[in-house]
Amino acid sequence: MAEGSAAEHGGGGGLNLHPLEQFEITPLIPIHLGELNISYTNSSLWMTIAVAIIIALMTLPTRGRALVPGRMQSVAEILYETTANMLRESAGRDGRQYFPFVFALFSFLLVGNLQGMIPGSFTFTSHIVVTFGLALVVWVGTTAIGFIRHGVGFLSFFVPSGAPVWSAPLLVMIELISYLSRPVSLALRLFANMLVGHTLLKTIGGFVFVLGIAGVVPLAATVAITALEFLVAVLQAYVFAILSCIYLSDALHLH
Amino acid sequence: MELEAAKLIGAGLAAIGVIGAGIGVGNVWASYYDAIARNPSAKDDIGANIWIGFAVTEAIALYALIIALIVLFAF
Repeated sequence: MAEGSAAEHGGGGGLNLHPLEQFEITPLIPIHLGELNISYTNSSLWMTIAVAIIIALMTLPTRGRALVPGRMQSVAEILYETTANMLRESAGRDGRQYFPFVFALFSFLLVGNLQGMIPGSFTFTSHIVVTFGLALVVWVGTTAIGFIRHGVGFLSFFVPSGAPVWSAPLLVMIELISYLSRPVSLALRLFANMLVGHTLLKTIGGFVFVLGIAGVVPLAATVAITALEFLVAVLQAYVFAILSCIYLSDALHLH
Repeated sequence: MELEAAKLIGAGLAAIGVIGAGIGVGNVWASYYDAIARNPSAKDDIGANIWIGFAVTEAIALYALIIALIVLFAF
């Protein structure tokens, strides 16, 4: 009897679901271009939704250009102010011309991370191909800006000032490695946060059904972790954007 | 040894790395409260930066968890 009821409980619900199943990419509109698979997937769908949300948030409420902003206009203005402050404080006035890129990056990641908190949705930032692609754009872009601004002089970035000359070869190697690892750490941080957070929620959520009445304990934990995940979603988008600003500042000002 | 058992042990060992990040995050917040207890007016200046420090340190724990997840599910 116990076995039978256990099978009943185990059969339904989310128990048999794999914790990583939520990250599966399924093609919605299969498109094959020769060897290339450029299908429109659920990841693409949620990216499209994210862009649509950002465009709607930025254009519709600000259409009236009210002097005293309404609720939605305030949200748009806060987002703009936050990004502008972030860029001003880390990259200074020279960074102003790169504001559109930083703003696009920040809002895309922010909406993408927060979308992931909708039950049943897909978190496109939980895929390293997405985060690494964005990190690579930032890294290649800032390196190119550095070389365009300073020419070969940008290489002086790798020689720390004030250190004894004999230690230069070692320090240059260390600086070079740390510079090359920037896109990897930038991508991995966001990807790992999103992946682990959502897996953790799913795993602890799985305990709720197994434990019966004692399941309220993991249920409470799930609620707390959900709150933490909202914090992490905003924080990681912010960290990604501010680190991009700092890298930009390095390229513009060389330390 | 059974492959399944080895996987579980490996994942457990990989998660040990979280200890370091735990100490690190504790250090971040301990220093934060130390700093604002000494100089409460600096709270706003530290406020934004502390989150960067927290996020960067916390990410180290997640690298360990990623390894644990890879060991558990990817092999």
